[in-house]
Amino acid sequence: MAFLELRNVSKGYGGPPVLENINLTLERGEFVAIVGYSGSGKTTLLSLIAGLQRPDTGTVRLNDLEVTAPGPDRGVVFQNYSLLPWLTVYENIALAVEEAFPNHSPAARRQHVEKYIALVNLSPARDKLPRQLSGGMRQRVSVARALALDPQILLLDEPLSALDALTRATLQDEIERIWSTDQKTVVLITNDVDEALLLADRIIPLTTGPGAALGEPVSVGLARPRDRKALNHDPEFKRLRALVTSQLLGYGARRRCTVRTKLTLPDILPEDLDAPRTNRRRPLRPHEIKREEITVST
Amino acid sequence: MKRLKLDWLILPLFGLAVILAAWAISSATWASNLPSPLKTWESSRDYVLQPFAKRGEMDQGILRFTWYSLVLVAQGYALAVLVGTPIGFLLGLSRTFARTFDPLIQILRPVSPLAWLPLGLVLFLNTGKEAGTYGALFTIAICSMWPTVLNTAVGVRAVPQDYLNVGRVLKLSRWKMLTRILIPATLPYMFTGFRLSLGIAWLVIVAAEMLTGRPGVGGFLWQEYNSLIYEHIILSIIVIGLVGFVLDRLMSLLESRFKTA
Ligand SMILES: Nc1ncnc2c1ncn2[C@@H]1O[C@H](COP(=O)(O)OP(=O)(O)OP(=O)(O)O)[C@@H](O)[C@H]1O
Ligand SMILES: [Mg+2]
Repeated sequence: MAFLELRNVSKGYGGPPVLENINLTLERGEFVAIVGYSGSGKTTLLSLIAGLQRPDTGTVRLNDLEVTAPGPDRGVVFQNYSLLPWLTVYENIALAVEEAFPNHSPAARRQHVEKYIALVNLSPARDKLPRQLSGGMRQRVSVARALALDPQILLLDEPLSALDALTRATLQDEIERIWSTDQKTVVLITNDVDEALLLADRIIPLTTGPGAALGEPVSVGLARPRDRKALNHDPEFKRLRALVTSQLLGYGARRRCTVRTKLTLPDILPEDLDAPRTNRRRPLRPHEIKREEITVST
Repeated sequence: MKRLKLDWLILPLFGLAVILAAWAISSATWASNLPSPLKTWESSRDYVLQPFAKRGEMDQGILRFTWYSLVLVAQGYALAVLVGTPIGFLLGLSRTFARTFDPLIQILRPVSPLAWLPLGLVLFLNTGKEAGTYGALFTIAICSMWPTVLNTAVGVRAVPQDYLNVGRVLKLSRWKMLTRILIPATLPYMFTGFRLSLGIAWLVIVAAEMLTGRPGVGGFLWQEYNSLIYEHIILSIIVIGLVGFVLDRLMSLLESRFKTA
């Protein structure tokens, strides 16, 4: 019996399906990396596993139980960190710990929180609010929060993308250590093929949407522990990297487009309904709408 | 033009001088019943220099009157906030509730305090002597409630899905979802509503006092009009404006503390 099983899963947001006919099985304790272009539906896939979204067709089963809602047995590191801005680093993690370990004594919970703050090297920043942190620091809080839940399965959505190389390496080692010592199952979404090769047992490329499907999985047979430096000269590593890259490039060649998304800024001030004194906010003219333009080329 | 260091002081003073001049000229020319600035000051001096004096029911220092008004406003406003915030949350959270009551709110919202007051008086007629107070409270509460209701509702609807997802992953109970996520995320909107509500409450009190004849700045203003002491009308207007301004500033300070949450 597979630990996690997606069968014929499709998901769309009203338009054409973003994901189509996804089949994926994970054994307990497996480390799987999913790589794919921006907008191909990686986050969508992860939220289906997390239970934040329900598939249009098909089923997601964890431990042979259908996933219908999210829960603390699946620790999620959200792509945009999703820290609660009114809580400090400590409080953000403590909220998660409170829910995951309701039977622990307050002292035990406090210790647990401190342990994970120390793990991501944020002890000096424990009483800071998210807006006082750099992007990378926020990402680390988000990682610590997910790890502190001690979940059966970790769902990591580009958890290290905003980090400098050094911190990134430290946390990569940390994720691998937690995975191997605590026998966790990990789904890691990343845009970094090297990172995937360093950590995963299996790499699954996601073809570009709409109607993205999972590509041919690549088994990573490199011996563990894997050493970053040595890997670079390992012929098997080079072969695998070329394989994954060419798979991705193959998908990319079929698509050359511009993604246009409306830029939504965080922390927007509340709209003043009766607008006193200050100018009433008027609707934006078309040319004033800020658009983010990403040209995807191969 | 070169900017002076004292711009912030000089320009408002200049503005004041312009208005005073216009006022003096008007009272000297076409508006013969309008007391001049100097006469206004002379006749108001007692009220301003002994702001807490009490010489009679309707002859008291101006700050004492203001205090009466503020107490009543505080009560009515507290009522508005206590009733309006939960209604706002219900509107924001429940589609059914919103569909049911939104049209009603849109209809009640533009009704003037002058229209609500008689209804308030009728509602509390059986309280006898206190009917004026309760009627005024009712009017303040119902008129000043809407910005709180609507801003809270907008705020609740605008809570980012990301925050809700965090709560869902942690399987927060309904109560914790409300207290740990929804309320903190909505606070900035709520405070915008609270500030606008306070402004309206202060507008309403004057009207309510004029109609009920309660002691307070508004009551004083109306009484002095009837006694043909026009200087005191101007005094009252200035005081009402200043108090409203100060209240708004205080609420803005409070609001800005929550804005960047
Ligand atoms: N809530 C939503 N409503 C409508 N469309 C959505 C929603 N979320 C995602 N999409 C669409 O689904 C597609 C896949 O989005 P998704 O976020 O899963 O991509 P991604 O692979 O995670 O991209 P990235 O690497 O940039 O994070 C995109 O075309 C996006 O526009
Ligand atoms: Mg994504």
